[in-house]
Amino acid sequence: MIGTGAVVAQTAPLLAPLNAATGIFQYIWVLIALPLAGAIILLTTGSLLKRWGHIIGVATVGVSAILGIIMLLEMMGRSADDRAFGQTAFTWVFAGQFDVDVAFQLDQLSMVFVLLITIVGTLIHIYSIGYMAHDPDRKRFFGFLNLFIAAMLLLVLADNYLLLYVGWEGVGLASYLLIGFWQYKNSAAAAAKKAFVINRVGDVGLSLAIMLMFVTFGSVTFSSVFANAGEASDSTLTWIGLLLLLAAAGKSAQFPLQAWLLDAMEGPTPVSALIHAATMVTAGVYLIVRSNAIYDRTVFAATAVVVVGVITMIIGAIIGSAKDDIKKALAGSTMSQIGYMVLAAGLGPIGYVFAIFHLLTHGVFKANLFLSAGSVMHGMNNGVNMRRFGALRAAMIITFGAFTAGYLAIIGIPPFSGFYSKDKIIHAAFEQSNIVGIAGVLAAGITGFYMTRMIVMTFFGKARWEDDAHPHESPPVMTIPLIILGFGSAFTGMALVYWGDIETWLTPVTGLEERELAIPTVVLEMLTLATVLVGVGVAIWIYRRSVPIEPPQKVSVLTVAARQNMFDDAINDVVAVRPTWYTARFLVWFDNRAVDGFVNGLAAAVGGVSGRLRRIQTGFTRTYALVMVIGVLAVLTALGLVMLP
Amino acid sequence: MSNFPWLTTIGVIPLIGAVVVMLLPRSKGLLAKQLALVFSLIALGMTIAMALQFDADVTDPFQFSESASWIPALGISYSVGVDGIGLVLIGLAATLVPVVILAGWHDVDEELGSVKGYFALILVLQTLMIGVFAATDVFLFYVFFEAMLVPIYFLIGRYGGPQRAYAAVKFLIYSLVGGLFMLASLIGLYVVSGRQLGEGTFDFLSLVGLEMDSTTQRLLFLGFFFAFAIKAPLFPFHTWLPDAAKESTPGTAVLLIGVLDKVGTFGMIRYLLPIFPEASQFYAPVVIAMAVIGILYGALVALGQNDMKRLFAYSSMSHFGFIALGIFVFTNIGMSGSVLYMVAHGLSTAAVFLVAGFLMARRGGSSLISDYGGISKVAPVLAGFLLFAALSSLALPGLASFLGEFMVLLGTFQIYPWVAVVATLGIVFTAAYVLRFYQRTATGPVPAAYAPGSAHPMTDVKAREVTALAPLVLLTIVLGVFPTPALDVINPAVEWTQQTLGVVDPPPQIDTPGGGQ
Repeated sequence: MIGTGAVVAQTAPLLAPLNAATGIFQYIWVLIALPLAGAIILLTTGSLLKRWGHIIGVATVGVSAILGIIMLLEMMGRSADDRAFGQTAFTWVFAGQFDVDVAFQLDQLSMVFVLLITIVGTLIHIYSIGYMAHDPDRKRFFGFLNLFIAAMLLLVLADNYLLLYVGWEGVGLASYLLIGFWQYKNSAAAAAKKAFVINRVGDVGLSLAIMLMFVTFGSVTFSSVFANAGEASDSTLTWIGLLLLLAAAGKSAQFPLQAWLLDAMEGPTPVSALIHAATMVTAGVYLIVRSNAIYDRTVFAATAVVVVGVITMIIGAIIGSAKDDIKKALAGSTMSQIGYMVLAAGLGPIGYVFAIFHLLTHGVFKANLFLSAGSVMHGMNNGVNMRRFGALRAAMIITFGAFTAGYLAIIGIPPFSGFYSKDKIIHAAFEQSNIVGIAGVLAAGITGFYMTRMIVMTFFGKARWEDDAHPHESPPVMTIPLIILGFGSAFTGMALVYWGDIETWLTPVTGLEERELAIPTVVLEMLTLATVLVGVGVAIWIYRRSVPIEPPQKVSVLTVAARQNMFDDAINDVVAVRPTWYTARFLVWFDNRAVDGFVNGLAAAVGGVSGRLRRIQTGFTRTYALVMVIGVLAVLTALGLVMLP
Repeated sequence: MSNFPWLTTIGVIPLIGAVVVMLLPRSKGLLAKQLALVFSLIALGMTIAMALQFDADVTDPFQFSESASWIPALGISYSVGVDGIGLVLIGLAATLVPVVILAGWHDVDEELGSVKGYFALILVLQTLMIGVFAATDVFLFYVFFEAMLVPIYFLIGRYGGPQRAYAAVKFLIYSLVGGLFMLASLIGLYVVSGRQLGEGTFDFLSLVGLEMDSTTQRLLFLGFFFAFAIKAPLFPFHTWLPDAAKESTPGTAVLLIGVLDKVGTFGMIRYLLPIFPEASQFYAPVVIAMAVIGILYGALVALGQNDMKRLFAYSSMSHFGFIALGIFVFTNIGMSGSVLYMVAHGLSTAAVFLVAGFLMARRGGSSLISDYGGISKVAPVLAGFLLFAALSSLALPGLASFLGEFMVLLGTFQIYPWVAVVATLGIVFTAAYVLRFYQRTATGPVPAAYAPGSAHPMTDVKAREVTALAPLVLLTIVLGVFPTPALDVINPAVEWTQQTLGVVDPPPQIDTPGGGQ
């Protein structure tokens, strides 16, 4: 991609060897082992410990969080080039030149993820105690949540791509189990399966990327792949980059693999907050930023990352603007916000740091928004239809306060979190290309619209409640995490800029580059803010006056499309589901009638067996030709593939 | 104990068990089961004791070798021994037999056929399975290979479902046809060895060194290959499998698909590659084509099945495609992956068919998927095992099948990247049919037929069932997380096979200092 400005400053990533894990860092593995142990205990002890299950769940994650904080403090006390640690647990798999260890890498990038996962994870665990209090399977729920935390920590702590894959699919499994937690509902079971299968398409990308890395570099550890990336051919790097992007698109619900995320809202709300907003869905961003040594060397793949990010950023925002289901509106928003991060990650060293910065602030404020939405649902008989909400601010003042903090953070009002992180991305986008920059501003405007629509429909206007609704504030076990996350939404951005200095912190891992910009930063910030306020104003103008209980039918084509999630299911149906299904049906027929008939016929001829087998021969002559033709074609096609270089 | 005849002892124990069980009066059905279990556990214990003494650093291809002349006039001897590949497969067989006996405790009753006969047949089968993996004389291998048909034929034909006679005859005919081809090749080999060594032999290691012109090699290769491709089974020789799996008792299906079919892929890596190196290279593209078609074809046909046993038969066909693929790419990673996958697939198949059997036992024997639903609501632990088995089938990272599958794909990618790309697409279809199956059986509303309060409410697992499944679950996890004990013994055997083939692994494109780690 052609930059618009001259490079002002540039820092390359450090590729220093990892420090041996000594002192507190000997316990990197404990970060993962604790929640894993929790999961095993909770999932294998049946109805034992039923009363204490949630305590085990919270405690294991909480202790991991404390351990993570201690490690952060220890790491901060060391110099910037001395903060990466490696720890080998044991040899995992080996054959010939293939040799992969179960080994961990804790550096500045994985550190911030560890904190996000364990701290937000702990808060969501605590909240779930209240949210799931009446569910007979609460213990199992905590088991799955712990399993998720362990897998996610493995994903960000692995020192090689194959081990990362275990975490990658582990979080996918946890997501599957939790989307389908209420699996007696057909819709939940179907949504869970859909999420897993679409993610498997992404996994094809990850699998092939790992294979290509191995045949290129002879290793799949981060350190040797990155150290030697410069020697690989352009086409190899481009392919690796594109395959990793496919993986990231699956996990992070990016175009064209986004269709599962809205359905995933079938899961309990804490799951939506933790997995489908704050952490798992951002794993794709982690993968791209972690692989910066690849993307820095392939303009084509990096540009593809930007394009995917921009498309998802826009369609997510549009979908979020048309949904009446509060969780689905938030899910559209999540797609859109991750689109921002992916876009930033595609910008290269200009954007990596800000992709992660926005990921962290978003992790906090989106968890906050989802848990607030959950608190609203808790007080509204689990209703999700915002057309039946309205005027709830008085009934649930703490929830309203938390939601407002999240609202101001996501639309980017200074000094709330999102202002810092999103503006940095828009700024970086303009450094690279005006079109991408303008898209970022536009999406910020739509964000202002859909979030205002959401807060107005839920908390303001007239009450449009169902007759049996008695809105009330949630218990403290739920509101305390909300208050903490509310403050987090307000201050995380500021803290990471002024106190944490996230740019300097991450630069040793990602590198950093700044370019000259034609317009001053302040003007750009004003422009963005003005666009956001236009979106806010339009939403207030439309939704402040009246919200019909039935969704209006005379709407624009865009609204129709947005209500249908931009026709993603229809497109998938035509492109993938139906062709697969028809092929499967044809092959079942083919196998029963043709192959079986043919071979039975042969067997009957050879063995001279009696009538029992002959009966199956009916249709033998009819299908004989078909078998030959299709069989020969299949073998020839496959032979052709074998002969390819 | 270095001269202790481990393999013969382990092989004879189940046979003695079978005789003892058959000598019991017909009324002592329970005692027959108990004795069968005890004998299979003794064999398992002996197998573990032997495996612990296996030395991965020994350069001889075979350990625990025993030899006695049998038909000296024809150069046939009773020779047994194991390399790492044979060892892990014997370990698999020894593990699955007690599991199957325990799981199938109530699968047969006197109405269906003799109870003691069923368990005696399983023990006889165990003896033959150990023999077939341990034989180092090709004729002895052939004898075990064919003899295995007998107990399986009776296990399907006597104790199976309504179409059991058809399925058993079909299985027998397919196998016999394959066996005939192999016998022809075997005679050919004997003649060639006689010409070259002065005296004909069936000794495996003597046959490995034979110099054959390429026409002879290719012809003899085909005879063995047909037998193995039918046994494994590869596309398009697979159609006996769904019928056999559907009509078998769950236990028979486990032994049939989990162990017996492995004899096909075991035969490929043990006999085809070392004895016919040139022909193996020549036919590799054809076998790879069949394997890749099988991977996708099996998965797609599985997607369209309405019967759970047929579904997992096609699923196995897809997995056998992976195993054959890994063998015929000739890379260390691919072949090691195939062997690991054979073990992993044995475990996952066992889990799937046994859980399916437990479900069927609660539902009047129906294996129709549409007869089920909502199991996770009424029998959550059973549903948990079902899910675990399903995840093991779809090769979830962290489980043994993942390592096997990924190594096969990686080993393939080293030589034929585009084949690996196509085969990798299989993982999407696998997820689709496995999870669709789980969705249709375990989730959604509970059918009235076994809802709580109905005449036959669904019950959750019993202690016996958990005991049978637990070792499968544990081994699947252990081999997925820490496969070192298996890979330690598999790798030298694979390297030896590569040497006989005269192939080496391609180096990485970029020679990295300290690469490989």
